[in-house]
Amino acid sequence: MNDGHDEFLDAVESGDGYYLECENGHGSLPPRMVCPHCGDRDLTETALPETGTIDSYTVVHVPTPAFADEAPYVTAVADFGPVRLTGRVLADADAVEIGDEVSASVGGADESRSVVFEPR
Amino acid sequence: MTDPRVAGVGLTHFGSHPARTSRDLFAEAGLAALDDAGVDPADVEGVFYGNFMGEIAEHQGHQGPLMAEAIGVDAPATRYESACASSGAALRQAVQNVRNGEADVLVVGGAERMTNLDTAETTEALAIAADDLYEVRAGLTFPGAYALMAAAYFDEHGGSREDLAEIAVKNHANAVGNEHAQFQREITVEDALDAPMVANPLGLYDACPITDGASAAVLVSESYAAEHDLDAGVAVTGTGQGGDKMALHDREALARTPAASDAADEAFADAGISTGDVDVAEVHDCFTIAEVLALEGMGFFDEGEGISAAADGVTTRDGDLPVNLSGGLKAKGHPVGATGVSQLAELTSILRGDHHNSEHVSDARVGVAHNAGGTVASATVHVLEVQE
Ligand SMILES: [Zn+2]
Repeated sequence: MNDGHDEFLDAVESGDGYYLECENGHGSLPPRMVCPHCGDRDLTETALPETGTIDSYTVVHVPTPAFADEAPYVTAVADFGPVRLTGRVLADADAVEIGDEVSASVGGADESRSVVFEPR
Repeated sequence: MTDPRVAGVGLTHFGSHPARTSRDLFAEAGLAALDDAGVDPADVEGVFYGNFMGEIAEHQGHQGPLMAEAIGVDAPATRYESACASSGAALRQAVQNVRNGEADVLVVGGAERMTNLDTAETTEALAIAADDLYEVRAGLTFPGAYALMAAAYFDEHGGSREDLAEIAVKNHANAVGNEHAQFQREITVEDALDAPMVANPLGLYDACPITDGASAAVLVSESYAAEHDLDAGVAVTGTGQGGDKMALHDREALARTPAASDAADEAFADAGISTGDVDVAEVHDCFTIAEVLALEGMGFFDEGEGISAAADGVTTRDGDLPVNLSGGLKAKGHPVGATGVSQLAELTSILRGDHHNSEHVSDARVGVAHNAGGTVASATVHVLEVQE
């Protein structure tokens, strides 16, 4: 269990993803008590945009043991406006480009649950 | 305030020593440094020691006192952990302690034991330098994180795998003749391009190897060096440290390392130098793209210009700014916790004129070491100068 993070994943999985927004409009991911960009402590859960765009991606050929059966797989950083997310892209490596639109979802089970991206 | 003198340095061979404990490795490096310095271990007032994955690699925490004991020093000892910048951080603390007059003689160093784990285990251990919840669980490995930075760099500025290969070729060439280096052999651009992919666009030859090894140095105050008539002509004249968001996705840009910029700005101002004064640099090339980001971050090149520095011959050993004459992490090896002080050891040797590549920089007087932790959420920069 990881309070804050688990609730975040539950919300993304059910299509109600959010991020933490400070009074200055910065985005960040839970759990957090202060905005990492400006130190503001007034954070509110704000709906995550439905689509993001891939900022950068890599095809991981040498994985950690948890992903031994998945390699090669694509991991990307995607821009959802005020916040970015890191996740695996559920697509073949040669079908992914920087600038592609994706939506966020959740893959894996229990301890291995994490953000995944589905191409739009 | 007194700028600490580097009285002595010591390194083990960097490479595969799976049966050697880190205490054994550090004893070799530490005793070599004490012997090089000609300093009595009884005079040492503290040990500042860097290590990253001791708990995972050999079920050993609390390594500070263990390492002091290993070199026959009875003094307070503390382990510093800042991922791959662990001994850079330890060095900074040691420099500050000599400067503020708290100590006249300190041992600083680091060690890492890595090859006793298999590749998957080591990949997992290194990955914990990233954000566990949001990066590691999303399948991001340490090479994968640098691959994201490389892909973002290519997208923003251009550049190619060939440009990165030239950096690997340069650093391998520099390691030939370095008795401490893991790989003392040249490679070609074709070797690098033909190697298996680790995380696109980074292949096996874009990545530093998995390495066991240790490094150490003896720092002394000017007054101690004078009193004991030590041959210690190189001083640490500048120190700086920078920090950044832990996860790549929380940073303003993926292809910049502001922590290195902050560390360099601080260290250069501290030493009263500018980039133009620097004769030689050791930078943290855990991946080829990291050397590019380091050189741009420290202000040696404009953004987008660092990628071609090796190919253009600017950073080769006969260029205007020789970088990683040791072979760098790429060819010398990267025993994580030992790396920062190994850079200090190599630079000291270069500035003293007893380095295997000294002939290429025979008039060098100012050296800079850049040590980065994780995807540069931590960075230290140190300036070394030959004293009159
Ligand atoms: Zn804010």
